[in-house]
Amino acid sequence: MDKYKSRDKPERVDSHESRRDFLKTSSILTAIAVAPATVAKAAEYNLGEKISTAFETTPVNLTVNGVKKQLSVEPRSTLLDVLREQLDLTGTKKGCDYGQCGACTVHVDGQRVLSCLSLAIMQEGKQVTTIEGIAKGDELHPMQKAFIKHDGFQCGYCTPGQIMSGIACINEGHANSKEDIKEFMSGNICRCGAYPNIVKAIQEVKNGGQQS
Amino acid sequence: MIQFQYERASTTKAAVSALANNANAKIIAGGTNLVDLMKRNVMAPTKLVDINALPLRNIKQQNGKVIIGALALNSQVADDKLILEKHPLLSKALNAGASAQIRNMATVGGNIMQRTRCSYFYDTALPCNKREPGSGCGALEGVNRMHGIFGTSEQCIAVHPSDMCVALVALDATVVVSGPKGERRIPFEDFHRLPGSQPEKDNTMQKDELIISVEIPDNAFSKNTHYFKVRDRASYAFALVSVAAALDMDGKTIKEARLAMGGVAHKPWRLKEAEKALAGRPANEETFRRAAEIAMQGAKAYKHNAFKLQLGSNVIVEALKNAAGIV
Ligand SMILES: Cc1cc2nc3c(=O)[nH]c(=O)nc-3n(C[C@H](O)[C@H](O)[C@H](O)COP(=O)(O)OP(=O)(O)OC[C@H]3O[C@@H](n4cnc5c(N)ncnc54)[C@H](O)[C@@H]3O)c2cc1C
Ligand code: SF4
Ligand code: FES
Ligand code: FES
Repeated sequence: MDKYKSRDKPERVDSHESRRDFLKTSSILTAIAVAPATVAKAAEYNLGEKISTAFETTPVNLTVNGVKKQLSVEPRSTLLDVLREQLDLTGTKKGCDYGQCGACTVHVDGQRVLSCLSLAIMQEGKQVTTIEGIAKGDELHPMQKAFIKHDGFQCGYCTPGQIMSGIACINEGHANSKEDIKEFMSGNICRCGAYPNIVKAIQEVKNGGQQS
Repeated sequence: MIQFQYERASTTKAAVSALANNANAKIIAGGTNLVDLMKRNVMAPTKLVDINALPLRNIKQQNGKVIIGALALNSQVADDKLILEKHPLLSKALNAGASAQIRNMATVGGNIMQRTRCSYFYDTALPCNKREPGSGCGALEGVNRMHGIFGTSEQCIAVHPSDMCVALVALDATVVVSGPKGERRIPFEDFHRLPGSQPEKDNTMQKDELIISVEIPDNAFSKNTHYFKVRDRASYAFALVSVAAALDMDGKTIKEARLAMGGVAHKPWRLKEAEKALAGRPANEETFRRAAEIAMQGAKAYKHNAFKLQLGSNVIVEALKNAAGIV
């Protein structure tokens, strides 16, 4: 419906967004897919503005664990759901789904964030690292090794989030003492109470000077 | 979460007109509050205007004030050298809020605009005048342990949940907003509202305005500051009561003081009378107790939050002692 109507003749964009502008912009987006060269200029005038309709899936480019992915997502899809359901990266866990447990922690452009409160469509062009992306081939990441050595998990459900958060905690410079680690790891909730061993694991990696 | 349209704004003007043209449009910055509320159907905007491409991330010193862009992240502000040097109180308040992951997503503008954590507001099966004007208030006769003791109304007794804002009101900050008619400056104290008969309105901003920056005028309060937050667990929880205290000391005498409380009112609660009672007095327990007494005048508790009356007073004294360095 909308898409067909949008093939109306384009007109000038003014600063007030009207339905016409909206249709026009989405026609540009549609057109990019069809004929990149001719409309690249038009897209430039739009300064990268992007508009999606409510029901249309929209293309999003992400680099996930070093691999470029071109995805098609609904505006309401969270990064967590896209990782787990579209990319089959189920290492990142869904705990509360409301920002309260840290199980879904991933790194976006090197910073730890909660993927359950991140809309996938807002991550355009970003680098996402999940628990699947930290080992080097068969060689586990030092934090993974330390978790195993110090028995830092019991049921293991919170573990991927804890590990991603632990790595970030060191990188941010907030792992200088036990108290510091506890405070800056407090966004990761473990039902089993594996905390003492998690703290030990982080301390060991920190003291080993390994930082990423 | 219901479906919505998504737009990425590339200029402030475009963001403002997107808001002006759609009564159901909402700005999205970090999304840590809005996405949560949308998932729970507490808020259901039909359009999200993503402002992350706007150049509003910088923190800078200019003309006797520190200007913080609305998109500066909570973690970025907390770790910023200029903020640590000039306004450590702000840094302390930020680090007392949420978790490292959330602070990496949460923006200054979004933090100011975050909505109450009243559990009845979050539960769409229950009445709430803030969520649904005229439906009633579940908290008034319900479990109101977390609720307000200052400036409440029969319509709503919710509190503003932000830690950052408690420091900002104490530091005499100004919120700069941009709307169809251009820019406007709102003193922080006047930004958030008391509930009155319109608890659905959290603040004095217009629907088609957006926050551009926050400004903090230079002051002499950087040496003696403390943010003390009391909550149900050691960290990662909202405040039951919090206090931001800043003192300008001359030896053992207080030249001037700044004091504000969180978790007690619909807005970050500045304590001006108590500040006056501190000015010119020696920094000691007696002075602090008297200020706390003045601060708590007019507080009114509900069934489950009477403990806040004594707690509030104690937290003020502790925060002042810490700020003065006499613990
Ligand atoms: C589990 C959890 C615990 C938390 N604990 C604390 C705590 O202890 N202390 C505390 O202070 N906070 C706490 N928070 C809240 C957190 O700080 C806020 O969610 C965050 O600051 C909001 O910022 P944001 O950029 O993510 O906002 P968003 O979610 O993007 O937006 C929030 C609101 O602000 C509006 N908005 C955003 N930017 C602008 C702008 N520039 N102009 C106009 N409107 C705008 C949006 O339209 C929306 O209505 C917690 C959050 C969670 C999920
Ligand atoms: S206190 Fe306010 S937010 Fe809470 S239920 Fe009552 S009206 Fe709603
Ligand atoms: S699943 Fe994201 S914080 Fe719990
Ligand atoms: S190991 Fe079970 S939740 Fe942490």
